[in-house]
Amino acid sequence: MKARHRRFAWIGAGLVVLGVAVALVLNAFQSNLVFFFTPSQVAAHEAPTSRPFRIGGLVEQGSLKREPNSLTVHFLVTDTAKTVPVTYTGLLPDLFKEGKGVVAQGTLGQDGAFHATEVLAKHDENYMPPAAKDAIDQAHRNKPEAMPSMHEAAQ
Amino acid sequence: MSVNWFRFSSPVSFYPLAGAWSYWFAILAALLAGAGLVVGLVIAPTDATQGDAYRIIFIHVPAAWMAMFIYLVMAGWSALALGFNTRLSAMMAQALAPTGALMAAIALWTGAFWGRPTWGTYWAWDARMTSTLILLFLYLGVIALRSAIEDPRRADRACAVLALVGAVNVPIIYFSVQWWNTLHQGSSISMTAAPKMAMTMFADILIMTAAAWCYTISVVLARVQAIIVERERGASWLESLIDLRPKGTH
Repeated sequence: MKARHRRFAWIGAGLVVLGVAVALVLNAFQSNLVFFFTPSQVAAHEAPTSRPFRIGGLVEQGSLKREPNSLTVHFLVTDTAKTVPVTYTGLLPDLFKEGKGVVAQGTLGQDGAFHATEVLAKHDENYMPPAAKDAIDQAHRNKPEAMPSMHEAAQ
Repeated sequence: MSVNWFRFSSPVSFYPLAGAWSYWFAILAALLAGAGLVVGLVIAPTDATQGDAYRIIFIHVPAAWMAMFIYLVMAGWSALALGFNTRLSAMMAQALAPTGALMAAIALWTGAFWGRPTWGTYWAWDARMTSTLILLFLYLGVIALRSAIEDPRRADRACAVLALVGAVNVPIIYFSVQWWNTLHQGSSISMTAAPKMAMTMFADILIMTAAAWCYTISVVLARVQAIIVERERGASWLESLIDLRPKGTH
């Protein structure tokens, strides 16, 4: 075994050990690395109750209600299994829409409603021109039982 | 066809080659970037939900890919430098770091300007963005570590170890959107599935990525020439190639 082969073996072994160590650390911190909790996790009491956290999911179709003469809005965040009602006072991002992804930061109240201090729109990975989107929407209107997710439509 | 690759591990034979390649890749980069910007800003269709703000991806995605890829290449050269103990490998790693840092900074900066109109925030501490910020800090750390050590050969080894250790961050960036809930969306483009975007948009991302590749190759080879001149000064082969003395002294 030449000296340089031994050096490469050490480099390789070092990287493997490092990779395993990082994998274990990331696994241990799994719950701290998630950006948001899903409504199902909130329903299963996995989300923290004492401190603010983020909740993420889709804005349920037809659930958005604006209070007259104020910036307060009410909507439901769903992951299609569970839903959580959210109350927010402030400006919504441009991409905030029913049926689209949303991430809200705030606290869970005693009443089970989520009081958001910040609402972000979560964009999906689909990019398409308006004409293509119209075509997909048209197809969904003709087949109402199909899932209204562009993600699955694209696959 | 057999090429003796080790011939080019010597700065003597690599220096002229780097100069020629740097020149041609610079021209290629300018042509590709020009074409890519025309397609991206004029020809590509508007996005249905984001409007024209999405056009930032034509800079953002190539820069982010490049930042990750350059780090892996830098780590690869670092491994060769440690294993073979070759000077030129360490010089290549040294030359890659500033361009990698630039690409990471562009990715973060353009990402912030895309995030504001679409998500509603410039920055969020989600896994994708945080790990990309760590990538930028790793590049800056490699550059700083080199400046901190006087002896270039010792600096080579220290930087190589840091670059290799930091390489574990690259898969974390890449898979962060799959492993954890993130604000950043998943990949629109992957090796295994059809791109989830219109064909013109996808094609232009590829053009801009090719431009970023050519730019990186050109700039890094030019930088490696400067590093060779700096570190091999006094070598007779170098003085026969270029005249380093101030004008008027010969």
